[in-house]
Amino acid sequence: MSDVPILLEMRSITKEFPGVKALSDVNLVVRAGEIHAICGENGAGKSTLMKVLSGVYPHGTYDGKIIYQGSESKFSDIRASENAGIVIIHQELALIPGMSIAENIFLGNEPRKRGAIDWKAANRMALDLMARVGLEEDPDTLIKDIGVGKQQLVEIAKAFAKDVKLLILDEPTAALNEADSKHLLDLLRGFRSRGITSIMISHKLNEIEAIADQITILRDGRTVETLDVKADGVDEDRIVRGMVGRELSSRFPDHTPKIGDVFFEVRNWNVRHPISADRQVCKNESFVVRRGEIVGFAGLMGAGRTELAMSVFGRSYGVYESGTIIKDGKEIVLKSVADAIDNGLAYVSEDRKAIGLNLLDDIKTSTVAAKLSKISHHGVLNEVEEYQAAEAYRKELRTKAPTVDESVSKLSGGNQQKVVLAKWMFTDPDLLILDEPTRGIDVGAKYEIYGIIQRLADQGKGVVVISSELPELIGLCDRIYTVFEGAITGEIARADATPENLMKQMTSTKKMATR
Amino acid sequence: MSRLKDLQKNLFGGTTSNARQFGMIFTLVAIVVLFQILTDGLTLRSDNLIALFQQNSYILILAIGMLMVIVAGHIDLSVGSVAAFAGILVAKSMTEWDLPWPAAIVFGLAIGAVIGAWQGFWVAYIGVPAFIVTLAGMLLFRGGNQFIGNASTVPVPEGFREIGSGFLPEFGPNTGYNNATLLLGLAAALAVVWREIQARKTRRAMDADPAPMWISILRMAIMVGVIAFAALRFASGRVGTSFPISGIILLVLVIAYSFYTRNTAGGRHIYAVGGNSRAAELSGVKLKRVNFFVMMNMSVLAALAGMIFVARSAASGPQDGNGWELDAIAAVFIGGAAVAGGIGTISGSIVGGLVMAVLNNGLQLMGVGTDRVQIIKGLVLLLAVAIDVYNKSQGRFSIIGSLMRPFRRDDSAPPASPPDAEREPAKAAVSG
Repeated sequence: MSDVPILLEMRSITKEFPGVKALSDVNLVVRAGEIHAICGENGAGKSTLMKVLSGVYPHGTYDGKIIYQGSESKFSDIRASENAGIVIIHQELALIPGMSIAENIFLGNEPRKRGAIDWKAANRMALDLMARVGLEEDPDTLIKDIGVGKQQLVEIAKAFAKDVKLLILDEPTAALNEADSKHLLDLLRGFRSRGITSIMISHKLNEIEAIADQITILRDGRTVETLDVKADGVDEDRIVRGMVGRELSSRFPDHTPKIGDVFFEVRNWNVRHPISADRQVCKNESFVVRRGEIVGFAGLMGAGRTELAMSVFGRSYGVYESGTIIKDGKEIVLKSVADAIDNGLAYVSEDRKAIGLNLLDDIKTSTVAAKLSKISHHGVLNEVEEYQAAEAYRKELRTKAPTVDESVSKLSGGNQQKVVLAKWMFTDPDLLILDEPTRGIDVGAKYEIYGIIQRLADQGKGVVVISSELPELIGLCDRIYTVFEGAITGEIARADATPENLMKQMTSTKKMATR
Repeated sequence: MSRLKDLQKNLFGGTTSNARQFGMIFTLVAIVVLFQILTDGLTLRSDNLIALFQQNSYILILAIGMLMVIVAGHIDLSVGSVAAFAGILVAKSMTEWDLPWPAAIVFGLAIGAVIGAWQGFWVAYIGVPAFIVTLAGMLLFRGGNQFIGNASTVPVPEGFREIGSGFLPEFGPNTGYNNATLLLGLAAALAVVWREIQARKTRRAMDADPAPMWISILRMAIMVGVIAFAALRFASGRVGTSFPISGIILLVLVIAYSFYTRNTAGGRHIYAVGGNSRAAELSGVKLKRVNFFVMMNMSVLAALAGMIFVARSAASGPQDGNGWELDAIAAVFIGGAAVAGGIGTISGSIVGGLVMAVLNNGLQLMGVGTDRVQIIKGLVLLLAVAIDVYNKSQGRFSIIGSLMRPFRRDDSAPPASPPDAEREPAKAAVSG
């Protein structure tokens, strides 16, 4: 293999964001004509690396060198990298639904004749490109009228329209069904035989094993290793070991759980997608939470964990179909978020900026926002009580801010998260659902958040933690459910939980031995 | 320097979000002084002040409702037509069905409520953008007014005219002034002092140092001075005139709605919905109910404004309320509301409305034609919102704040990393 010329080499790439080192000293060598897979947990730095390569983060905002086709490349933006033949296809497809296939393929790149778009030529060229990706459709068909699998093919055809040399696919099969996935993988094999190089990011390890020539594994923003699939005899287990093998000790505060009886139970929970009614996002899911217990939900992106949590939290997601919630032995019906709050539920969302906080608010307004009745008398808000409540939480959670009059938009991620936690602690919940509670937060603040979660559990509350970081779940939770494609596939006690067995159950519908 | 900073920080409220309003008050004062000079003292003469209030009270009433609509993230283009529609029905109800005028007022408010419920229904429960719903309403109710009134004017009886052109009554000893207006001014002055004392108490209860005493006193002195000046002016007009009834209605509404938006859960919810509707919903705010309420409330106030206008002009006509929506919207935006919603205050909108009113009035006194008045008003609106947008792109701060920025390095407590910085790795975590 080593005699094949190197197409791309990324040398000791380091990319820092304020407070977070997303990539440190990452190396990647891609040879011409191979399919190179990049693996790693969520947050390992895969997408950041690809953004560096494609010029989303322009030259100068990172350290290290990109050697492409034998010379150093300094891409200033995406257009520069596309001109060099590097095309990235993102997980969220960048197609315009109301435009036709041909219009999308040539968007920003329209063939012209005397200043006007030459639609005849465009359609002819589109047909040619579509044939190359095996897409049989009328080029005038609108994007919204074709399935997501075919849309993916349009994206690839679009890449070919730009004369691609290196094709980067970010989770290309995540949204595809089995037949479409298979077609796409066959297509990639076809490209390989025609000498086109591909980089593929995927969570689906069986696909990687089946198709990749080389695998580079990232972990915590570092390159762990590069494996040659054939020469090293790589299988799924080998990849998983590379992805998760890290020390867990001392990243979590010491904690002895005081677990009581089951007080919260969800039974046979079925929910449909809010728009496409034929898609079921929660498939007969059931789980229990005990007092004082921290329960984890592990799963890949799109497994339906957030959807489960939000649909339980006052049906704030999707269309409720069936299922019951039992709290303290009584069935409760939560038709709105207000119902859920009144019944002692709290949900800390995964995206605190988009849906967790009103960034126009200051700390004290945010703290009391979910339970204004607690500081109101006859409908009139008491400013002093508001201040006192916010100040008490600021001290308790050690939120770093000069005063509670500070705007939340000026706080760091960790401190914003503390404000969100305070907001929900203020509602006196019995059950807290924390969705990715440490996302985008630096290590020190994570440790503090873990401490807060443990204290909440020790107060006899039930805590549900949804996280994409397996070590976090294993280090924090007393019990972990695994979720795959909208169904709960396993339940593992802390003592038995390892990244390997969690990852296995998160990626397959097969039920393993449950406790 | 530090005294100046203290002054700047404390004179009108304190937090940075008020800095814009602070600037607006100064703009208002500057405009008043400017026109006072340019018109040789005509602007602040009693009769002109009284006319100014009477001519603009209905726009300011609309601005109250519009502020809430805009804070919630919507817009209402139909207010002028709704006002005209309610006006003609009320006028007809008195002249043709012999409804006594107090009953007619209640009837008018009920019409506003029904129209508001209609518009609120489409906005909140069907999800049609308010821009479209109220654009439709603008046509619908303008047409309705002309259909019902046969595009002609309908006069209203004497008693009803009081709400538009009436004044506080004369009573008590002959002081050379209108006693009722003086008493009103006294009450206002006492309220200002009481509020300042309360505010100091609240600050202390929050373990925060209240503003330095001299600032409190200065602030009270300025406000009491302004009130005393205004009261004397209003009380010393032509005999039979004094503070207008429509001004009293406006005053009551401003106080009530300021209280509602600042100090009640319902008011908070409007800001929450406008600031981030999804976050508000996930905090238990009933989104639909809030949207329904602000739209409905707006139409009720529009109906009230329409009735006051009809009462002032003694008849309801087919062109009543033309262009009011734009005046009200302009007042709200000049008063510091954010185009995207979530930010704005009642008092700011009133100040914004007064800026427009004084501008209008002053230019007219100078004999500037309506053509040029419109040009100037347009530029003022554009400039005010441009400042807002520019400030937002600079991190949502006041002009004062941005001027200070280069010197802020030595300031205490680094305010953590800029909010955007963290979004990137967060995204990476999602898709990486």
